[in-house]
Amino acid sequence: MEATLFIITALTALVSSLLVVTGKKPINSILFLIVTFFCVAVFYLMLGAQFIAAMQIIVYAGAIMVLFLFVVMLLNMREEQIWEKLTSSRKVIAFVVALGVLSVVVTAVTVTLSTPNPADSQYELGTVEAIAEGLFSCWLLPFEMASVLLLTAIIGVVMMVKRKEQEETVTEEPKS
Amino acid sequence: MTVTVEWYLALSAVLFAVGVGGVLLRRNALIIFMSVELMLNSANIALVAFSHYLNNIDGQLFVFFVMAVAAAEVAVGLAIIITIFKHKGSVDIDKVNLLKW
Repeated sequence: MEATLFIITALTALVSSLLVVTGKKPINSILFLIVTFFCVAVFYLMLGAQFIAAMQIIVYAGAIMVLFLFVVMLLNMREEQIWEKLTSSRKVIAFVVALGVLSVVVTAVTVTLSTPNPADSQYELGTVEAIAEGLFSCWLLPFEMASVLLLTAIIGVVMMVKRKEQEETVTEEPKS
Repeated sequence: MTVTVEWYLALSAVLFAVGVGGVLLRRNALIIFMSVELMLNSANIALVAFSHYLNNIDGQLFVFFVMAVAAAEVAVGLAIIITIFKHKGSVDIDKVNLLKW
């Protein structure tokens, strides 16, 4: 039962992630990326990480992908001709590097996991209570720093988008 | 047949490779950005799998922070992409070589 669920979800995730990478229109890539994120949320549930699964759907499939959709709406991009423009040597290099990364990770996994399972896994690991206990005790400083990081990101984005307007006001000032 | 941690790690590795391929093959900055998100997610799967395997909550907390950093990164990155589009009228990364010598 668990194995069939895993295989079905893994195949869906793989196919949709490949469609993200090969999609011609950015909007199709975004929709397939949302499918991939939902599959990842299913994996989190199977691994007993309920809180992280909820965060995955709310933050990734909700907030982040809405940002992407807004950018596609604002930019109004034409269909790109990416595959024609790429030289064949570049394609070969890209495939070789991707396969190299895959082989490195697979070797690392197979070498590391020869040791037996050290602890019996339990499914009550990722409850909100357990996450909060860790987050507000020994991970309190990183948690607060994450809030500072998000504030910095907000200010940075506002400054980046506002800069042009500011320059215009600076150039207008001497006239008046 | 039970699902072991190796299955999740193999899936994570394959998703990461797909993300690497996307970053290297595509010329659209937006799609490259989505491939980076895919790679971050595959790393998250590996972290949660190890958290389950070691019966330790710290992996899931780390995933929480990765999500916070990813949210900040997406906001800043998309703002940069919009600014580049305003300047160049395109998000093709071959046309953006302002910082290239």
